[in-house]
Parts: sequence; C-alpha cells; structure tokens
Amino acid sequence: METKNLELKPKYTAKDFASDVDVKWCPGCGDYSILAQVQRTAPDFGELKENIVWVSGIGCSSRFPYYMNTYGFHGIHGRAAAIATGVKLVNPKLQVWVATGDGDSLSIGGNHFIHACRKNMDIKIVLFNNKIYGLTKGQYSPTSEKGKITKSSPYGTVDFPFNAIKLADAAGATFIARTIDREPKHMQDMLKRASSHKGLAFIEVYQNCTIFNDGAYAPLTDKNTKEDNVLYLEHGKPLVFGKNKDKGIKLDGLKPVVIDLNDGKHSVNDCWVHDEFDNDSTRGFILSRFIDIENMPTPIGVFRQINKPTYGEEYWKQVQDVKSKKGAGDYNKLMFSMNTWEV
Amino acid sequence: MAKESKIVEDVTVRFAGDSGDGMQLTGAQFTETTAKVGNDLSTLPDFPAEIRAPAGSLSGVSGYQLHFSSSDIQTPGDSPDVLVAMNPAALKVNLLDLKPGGTIIVNTDSFDDKNLRLAKFNSNPLEDGSLSNYNVIQIPLAQMTMEALKDMNLSVKEKEKCKNFFALGLMYWMYNRPIDVTLKWLETKFKNKPEIMEANKKVLMAGYHFGETTEIFTTRYEVKAAELPKGKYRNISGNEATALGFITASLKSGLKLFLGSYPITPASEFLHELSKYKNFDVVTFQAEDEIAGISSGIGASFAGALGITTTSGPGFSLKSEALGLAVMTELPLVVVDVQRGGPSTGLPTKTEQADLLQAFFGRHGEAPLAIIAAKSPADCFFAAIEASRIAIKYMTPVILLTDGYLAMGSEPLRIPEFDELPDIDVKFRTDPEGFYPYLRDEKLSRPWAIPGTPGLEHRIGGLEKQNIYGTISYEPDNHEEMVKIRKQKIDNIANDIPELEVDGNDSDDLLVLSWGSTYGAIREAIRNARKKGYRVAHAHLTYLNPFPRNIKEVLDKYNKVLIPELNTGHLALLIKGRFLKDVIQLNKIKGRPFKVAEIENKIYEVLGGTNGN
Ligand code: SF4
Repeated sequence: METKNLELKPKYTAKDFASDVDVKWCPGCGDYSILAQVQRTAPDFGELKENIVWVSGIGCSSRFPYYMNTYGFHGIHGRAAAIATGVKLVNPKLQVWVATGDGDSLSIGGNHFIHACRKNMDIKIVLFNNKIYGLTKGQYSPTSEKGKITKSSPYGTVDFPFNAIKLADAAGATFIARTIDREPKHMQDMLKRASSHKGLAFIEVYQNCTIFNDGAYAPLTDKNTKEDNVLYLEHGKPLVFGKNKDKGIKLDGLKPVVIDLNDGKHSVNDCWVHDEFDNDSTRGFILSRFIDIENMPTPIGVFRQINKPTYGEEYWKQVQDVKSKKGAGDYNKLMFSMNTWEV
Repeated sequence: MAKESKIVEDVTVRFAGDSGDGMQLTGAQFTETTAKVGNDLSTLPDFPAEIRAPAGSLSGVSGYQLHFSSSDIQTPGDSPDVLVAMNPAALKVNLLDLKPGGTIIVNTDSFDDKNLRLAKFNSNPLEDGSLSNYNVIQIPLAQMTMEALKDMNLSVKEKEKCKNFFALGLMYWMYNRPIDVTLKWLETKFKNKPEIMEANKKVLMAGYHFGETTEIFTTRYEVKAAELPKGKYRNISGNEATALGFITASLKSGLKLFLGSYPITPASEFLHELSKYKNFDVVTFQAEDEIAGISSGIGASFAGALGITTTSGPGFSLKSEALGLAVMTELPLVVVDVQRGGPSTGLPTKTEQADLLQAFFGRHGEAPLAIIAAKSPADCFFAAIEASRIAIKYMTPVILLTDGYLAMGSEPLRIPEFDELPDIDVKFRTDPEGFYPYLRDEKLSRPWAIPGTPGLEHRIGGLEKQNIYGTISYEPDNHEEMVKIRKQKIDNIANDIPELEVDGNDSDDLLVLSWGSTYGAIREAIRNARKKGYRVAHAHLTYLNPFPRNIKEVLDKYNKVLIPELNTGHLALLIKGRFLKDVIQLNKIKGRPFKVAEIENKIYEVLGGTNGN
C-alpha cells in the first residue's frame, strides 16, 4: 500500500517547490540557506505538493511561504501556530509547517507557541532565530543576550534571553532540534526528520541577520572556531567535540563537565552517550542548558524525539468513538430528538 | 376541600434565592414543563457574576423570571405576578419589581436575624407590616422539606438542598402544571444517585400536595395552551439556538464546522454545546486565548471548513486584529459577539447593546464586513444560519451580534423542517485553468481554493493584494481599488437580503426603528400603544451592514423616528450619519433589557399623549 502510494507521487525536484516570486531578503541573509535546504529536502517530505501548507506570522522569516510553491498563508504577528492549528485540525491529511522567528514565536506569539507544543499539535515549527528584530530594523529580541546594545537598548538590554530549546521541551514539543544556517547538510537532515515526525516538531535554526546582528553566530560558523564550539548530537554516540575530537562531556551527577580525552585520566568511555529517544526529559534539559553555561559547546542536532499521541489523532479518535455510539449526526437527530412537543 | 380554579391569560413568576439555592435549575424546570403544556413563554435568568457570593448576601441573589401565556408573547414580562423568595436578600432585591398586589411566597425558615441583617433589613418585613400591599404566603420551606424526608438516610445538608423542589412542586400546583416532566428529568439527572433522585421526587410531590391540602391556598390558576402555529416545538435559549444554527449551516453546506473559542461569560455555552456534537464532525478547539480562537478559525476556513469563533465584548476586542486579516484574505468566518455590559469586565452577566459601533468600526484600516443581529432567543438559530450563508457566499467575515439577554433567555422554537431552511452552496475551486486567487465572480467574491487541491497551490496573507492575481502589491492605485472592491463586495450583500419590512402604515405618526434583542419589548409596547389608539409603525433591523436596500425610503416616510437601544445611541449615530435623518433616542444602560412600559411611555411622550389613560 505504502509503496504503491509513493510510486504514484510525482518525483519532485527542488525546483518544483520554488514559487515564481522574487526572493527579497537582504543579500547574505541566513534565510536564503533555510529556503534552499527546505526546497532541496521537500521532495523527501513524502507528501504531494498540494498537501503541504506553510503558515507564517510576521517578520523577515515569515515571508517564507511566498517563496514556496505549496499552499501558503502569511498570517499576522505571532499567530502562525494558531492558524496552523486550524488548518491541521480540519484536514489531518495536510502536512503543515510554520515558518517563524524569535520575535514572532517567543515574544508576541509566545502563548500560541507553548500551547501548540503542549497539545502536541501535528505541525512542524521552524524558528529562524537571529536574536534580533530584523523587519522593524534592529530592536533586541527575546533571544538577544543580556547587555546587547541595539536601537532600542542603547545602553544594553537588562533582560535575560529565552532559551528556545528549553522552552519547547518544557512546553511539551515531541521533536526538538537545533541547526545552523551555515550547516546545509545538517539542516537538511533535521528537516527530513521533522517531516516524518508525528506530533509537534520544533527546529530552532540559528540564522545570521547580516544587517542588524551580523556575526551573532560567528564562533559557531567560522572555520577556525566552529569545531571547538559546536557539539554535533548523534543518537547513541558519545558527546565528543573539538577540532581533534579530543574533548568530551561527562555528567558529574547532574552537572555537565568538559573533559580532556587526551589527559590520560579520561577516555571516550567516560562521555555522556546521547539518547534522542529518552522519555525522561532530565538529560534533554541539561543539554538544552549548555548554551547558558560558560565554556560549554553549543549542541546542534536532535535533542529529543518522543512518541506521544497528537492532539488531532486523539480528537478524531473521539469523533469516531462518539459516531460509533450515536451514529453520524443528521438534522433530525439534532433538532427533534429531545424535549419537543407538538402543537 | 374544593378549590377555585381561575383562568388567566398570562402570568409572570420569578424564582429568587441564594446562588446556591438552585434557582436557575428550578426556573428551568418550570420552563420545561410550561413549554410542554403548550404556553408561549419567554424567560430571563439573572445571576451574579460571582459563582458563589457569600450566602444570604444581597450580591449573591440569583433570579429566574418566566413569563407564560395563552397568547403570543415576546418578553419575559416587566414585573412578576408571583415572587418566590428563598431568603430575605432575595425578597429585598426583587420586591420593587413585583406588581402591586402581587403574590410573594417566602421561605420563613430563612428569615432569622443573621439573614435579615445580611439583607440589610432593620426589622423583619414579615412582621412589620411593610408587605401589607402584597399577598404574602409564608411557608417554612426548609422544615417542610425535612419533614418530607424524615425517613430518608441522607445528611441534613443533602436534605436541605431539596427545598427548591418543594417550592417548584407548590408552583406546579398553583398553576395547574403536571409534575411528570420534572420527575422524568430527575430520573436521568440522578441516574447514578438514586437516593438523591428519590429525595427530590418526594419533596416535589410534597410541595404539590401541600398546595392541594393546605388552607392557605384557595385558588389555583390555569393558563391555557397558546395558539401557536402548527408544528413541533422545543424550548431553546439563545446560545443553544446559535450553536444549533451553526451545526445546521454545516449540514446545509456540507462543510466541517470548526469552532475556535476561549471561555468567556456569557458565551462559554458555545464550547459546551458544540463539543457535544462530535458525531456531526464538529471540531471544537478550546484555544489558549481569544486571539488563537479566531486565528485557528481563519486557518480552518483557509483549509475549507466553516470557521467560527464566539466571544463577548472584551474578547471581541482581542480578535479585532485577526478580523483585519480575515477581511484581507477574504475567507468565510463568523464571529459571534454575545454583548454584555462593558467596558472591560463591566457587568459580565448582564446584557447590553454597546458593541455595535465596535462591530462596525473596531478595526484598523478600511475593513468592512457583514454584520447581523438576532432578535430573540429562537431567532439566534436562523441568524447563525444566515451569518454562515453570507460568510460563505461572499467570502467574508460576518459578525453576528447577540447579547446576554438573548443568550440566557429562552422561548419556544418551532423547529423548521430541513427543507424550509435556505440552501448554502459551496463551490471550491478545483480547475487550475485560469485560476487566480483574487479573480472575482459577479458578486465580487473570490474563489475558495483549499489546500489539497492539485494545481491550485497559492499564497495569501495580510499584505495588500494585487487585484486579480493576489500577489503582494504596494501600488497606490491598486490599494485604493482594492479597498473599494472590498467595500463594494459587502455592499452587494444588500441585493441578497430582504427589504426592511414595516409593521404599520405609511401614515403612522411614529416609526420605531430597532435592532437586536429589544425587538420583543418594542413589539409588545407598540401593540399596547395601538390598543390605546396610537398610530405607531415598527421596523426591525436584522441586517446592520449592509443595511437593507430600502432603509432610506422607509425612514423618509416618517417625520418622527424613535430608536430605543441598550446603549448611548449607536444605531442612532449610524442613522444620523448615514442618512442625515434626525431621530429620537431612548437609551438604557443598566445591564437590563427594556421593560415594555419604558418603551410605551416614551411613545406616549413623543406623541404627546396622556399615557392613554
Ligand atoms: S533584516 Fe536581517 S533577517 Fe531580515 S532579511 Fe535582512 S538580513 Fe535577513
């Protein structure tokens, strides 16, 4: 059955997913890479083009749907997850993606974001995190680091940033991953995995805003520094990083510590082995906090993927149950069945 | 002892007590039975915003008024003939409304010092002669209830809780109503608590027999069945009727119904009601907030469902940004605003009509949409169907205005056959040939092309659209043209709705123009005025935007136009502004519906009469 269906599906290429609209992001913007990786992997999403819907809110990221030759809905600021929820609930056949940003989903739309996660809506949220407000020309965002100087914080911000991965996991997302605009292969991998996940898939993409926050991720993307700063998460593999793969992470109780694998005292066997499918969120939580701890590398990859019924699944199951008990509804049942009298 | 039986045409009763006394339930049961007897009826529940205000306090009084008649009636009655007062606070709060010489049935057991103090009585009104103008019937309801249940193995508290059924039984006897409707109800309600069921039954019958045997009552009354049009009837509240109207619209259109909503008084019933109908493929989504309620509704409509969202004033304000999006994307969507006293939290359980201007203008940019208003609880059913029909046919958001009075009030609905109701045609676009998202038909509606349709992949959103093509456009001329097209599309609806009907003659001295829930009181007032020889015409607006195409013609026929509203003059402002027509206003902003007499008196004042007497 499966294979037959697949065969019926046209063999798409990246081109099939490019709309005829001119892409209008600033030159060099990390958004271009995200678009390219999505278009490249979309043929592998296992869905007919007409069954894919991209929904967005407001911001640079949210122009995304215009550039995809699928169904698209450019919503209003922060509400993409709520709009996507409506789309998915009434037509569970659709594969619904949300393109959003740090301002869109973590500030004005924070409520919709956490509740979509909590409900395990079967939608995929790709959050372009550039740690700045781009479209409104450079104010600090809820992911800007404390002390950041921007147009709206000339003396530095006084507030603390959100950690998107921690938030998504705490809120109940069932697929949580991070990738970087300058890691095309890695991003493609994450996108493909998200596309086949059942439930709320969240991908945080570290995205460089060349105009208002250029270099925000330079330590993670510069050739010379990236290997010492990026930790690639792989299921079943020890947490090892560094140019010469000579550093590892071990858990000291609940405290993660960097160990030197060449110091004669430690070996790879001491390292924490990543388990993506851990139902317990403790380790995922520790992992998500790496970016808040000095000298820890920034993990990218799948933090956690767990299996949980989705909201839509449960809803429509209930509908079937009620139908089998009461029979499908009709007008007479609706209006004449109870407490009526005849004149 | 033989008792006299007196036939009366119509009666208004009010049950009042603590919010924990079960007055809403008692009233609802009396209503159910009265409906079965075949009277025409209209109800008005009135309860505090607090779920359980301090027992015995004035603020905790909950009331339920029911007007029933052997002829056609439109309102829950200006003033009760009978007041059932379960405690001193209930007496205090409701006494002023009672008809002179009316009957008061009091639960004497609650008239102790503490309760009298809580009700701020300086002396016991049952003893100090202050009630001498009324027919006061004193019954120790609690004691009689205890007595009836003395053989039952229940706690004192459980027994005491049954006392409202003693009052109900007594009222059934007084008005010659059968008790079996309530007995049956008890059987289903307390299926799993047979003891409680038994206790309530006993108390109900004890109340009934008390009427029969005690010498306090010498007369019982009979209200004959009303002559209503033939058909099957059910009693229905406005919120219930609205919900069923939407399901019917979904059946008529073949579309899935999607409700995105956040609980808010007095609109939460939509979530309760619609979530029962899963076997109708109804999707109810209790959203995280009001904004998600409407946004998910827009998403659902984009995906090809009938998206609706329901709320009250404050929530309606929160939805206004998304309404702009719905106007821009030209998707069908119905927003129900059950108006309540505002601004802000205001009077959440009380009624008002003060969101009309918000419905018209409460958005950013030029954002016209259709607005209709229901006129009675049963009419909410038809209004919901009509709102859906317009939304789908014109690819537009529609605001349906009801209010707290309609939402909670009830009346009999003659259930129409399915075929009597208007058809709702849905044509999803499927042909990719020549498809453009904003290529319009003769009505100016754009095509509804839903995800899942091969070859029609397209993008829409909140940015201004290039006419026809639907791509983003910042062109000045295009924007102006699109604004005009969107307005023209809404104006075109006027060709699709009935003309404004006038009940009366062109030569009448006064036209009363109304909208929404004031319909019933105004109709009765005009009927009374005509009986006294006044020449008054009445026109009622169901469609507020666009107005019916002949409205100006109607207005021009009359020198004097009176607009009664439960606000400071919203419709009056619109009529004056649009038609340069001077109007006379009658405004009430007390969180309560008009009394018939208030409108009547205004008519007499305007027409210079002497109150007809
Ligand atoms: S402002 Fe920044 S995020 Fe926006 S398009 Fe330009 S570079 Fe990209």
